[in-house]
Amino acid sequence: MHVVSFTRSTPDTAARLSVAADGSVSQGDAAMVVNPWDEYSLEESIALAEDKGGTATIVAIGPALHEEALRQALAMGANAALRIDDPQQVTSDSLAWATVAAAALRRLEDVDLVIFGKEAVDVGGDQHQVQTARLLGWPYLGAVSRILEFDPGAGRIRVERSLEQGRQVLAGRLPAVISVLKDINEPRYPSFMGIRRAARAGIPVHSIEDLGVGLPEARTQVLSLEMPPQRTSAAEILTGTPEEQAAALIERLTGEQVL
Amino acid sequence: MSAVFVWIETVDGAGVPLSMEALGAGAALAGELKAPLVALVFGEKAADVAGDLPADEALVCDDATLADLRLEPCAALLTRLVEEHQPQAVLAPGTIRGRELLAATAADVGGSLLTEVSNIDVQEDGALRVQRPVYAGKLLMNARGSSGQTQFLALRARAFPPAARRHAAQVNITRVEAALAEEEIASKIEAVTSAAGTVSLSDAAIIVSGGRGMAGNPAQPPADAPDSAIWKAQHGFEHTLAPLAAALGAAIGASRAAVDAGYIDYDHQVGQTGKVVSPDLYVACGISGAIQHQAGMRGSKLIVAINRDPEAPIFRLAHYGLVGDLYDIVPALTKALQERAARG
Repeated sequence: MHVVSFTRSTPDTAARLSVAADGSVSQGDAAMVVNPWDEYSLEESIALAEDKGGTATIVAIGPALHEEALRQALAMGANAALRIDDPQQVTSDSLAWATVAAAALRRLEDVDLVIFGKEAVDVGGDQHQVQTARLLGWPYLGAVSRILEFDPGAGRIRVERSLEQGRQVLAGRLPAVISVLKDINEPRYPSFMGIRRAARAGIPVHSIEDLGVGLPEARTQVLSLEMPPQRTSAAEILTGTPEEQAAALIERLTGEQVL
Repeated sequence: MSAVFVWIETVDGAGVPLSMEALGAGAALAGELKAPLVALVFGEKAADVAGDLPADEALVCDDATLADLRLEPCAALLTRLVEEHQPQAVLAPGTIRGRELLAATAADVGGSLLTEVSNIDVQEDGALRVQRPVYAGKLLMNARGSSGQTQFLALRARAFPPAARRHAAQVNITRVEAALAEEEIASKIEAVTSAAGTVSLSDAAIIVSGGRGMAGNPAQPPADAPDSAIWKAQHGFEHTLAPLAAALGAAIGASRAAVDAGYIDYDHQVGQTGKVVSPDLYVACGISGAIQHQAGMRGSKLIVAINRDPEAPIFRLAHYGLVGDLYDIVPALTKALQERAARG
């Protein structure tokens, strides 16, 4: 049984980000951490591999900074990690990313399941996951809150998905690609031994050419990043008894036409 | 000139509110490109839904395989329609189903795809330039698609004004066949539990959220309650926050601290590892305003903070601040709103 998870390093969730004069993103002295949504996909991959006696392989696409996330995965108990370098940064486009990911999955042996976290916070998207499944012709089961059945022998998976208007039980055949939400598990903390082992582990690096695909053409182009408009005026503080505060607030909200 | 397609998401045979926003954005884009606006409606009662839409044309398919808008048959059909009609752009609401559908078809046809789009500009060469939040809203990205092929855009919730209902012209409806037969589809929907009747966070015009401060409930837990703080907070969500939400017609949100402490289900979490929302009014009750929470709600048009700590970071983001105990202020606010409603 072989489960594969993709991950990446992103700025710590508490980081205050800014855009430098040259257009690059600055995160002050905040650390790089594993993409917060991937804590759950890594946990699920490692737990499934442990449960079924299989292998959990973790893959990152992009520059060396993503090895931070790979080492975290190894420290948690993943069996193998590898990185696919992308010096030209073509994988900023989701379809180019998916082309590389699909090529990597074809070269890994007998993959039964691919697990993603809900989204990559740095690029703000999940479409690369769907597109990876689509290029491989594998079913995509997104927004999974629970795996009800995972049977590699029978080639079958059943999941409960959380959609905007309720829940859905969806069954698919394997191999499949799924994305998991935060409520699927409680991610473990890496053990001391795990951290030591991960720090020493060599992480193989492959080029996109190694995968036997040409550099995919990027269909979308990032032009620039900017700060969202900042609030400059201070909050109006409404004082008095709770009843007076409530009355003052209703008056303001009526004036703002939200009531 | 080739069309602008807008995919209409339906639930239980009716269009979801965010679909009307996509149609509004589509109408503006079609006007600028001088292209016909074509609505795509799949699934149960597709023709009925389409008949009410302010669009030039509609392509509808109510084949049974499209029930509950399963991804594979919907994507196969959208791909076939895009290949046949070569639209300039395909827009969809940025819901889970809308995003998945556009991603799949964009991969099939090799088109450019941008998601969480909050603003669309047509460039001279016909490429669509968009703005979208990244890093959970901490930064905005400007990006562009590729002209000369279909460009796919999944839209951010509540970023575009909904389409105005138009009664004059009749929408020209064309029925199309499904692209896949049931035996060609690798996934099966086995059960659906609808949360009908509750206001979903992403659609909500008003959200009332509770944080760690919910545990300051003066109500006394029963002797057999396993955890006093959890009992107090859960009781507060149900008996203090829910009545305010009902009086405002609001959805209930929560901070990560409240969810992680077990005060309320994860479905309600607003913030970096929860939902990113942009209601007209966001009322933060007992929420300090950690940056992870701000990332999820800073796009709200009007922010009200209720908190005991006048130094809480949430007051720096809020338009109106009420310093005090939420368990005093929220009931007073609920009562005043109820009295206002009773006066009509």
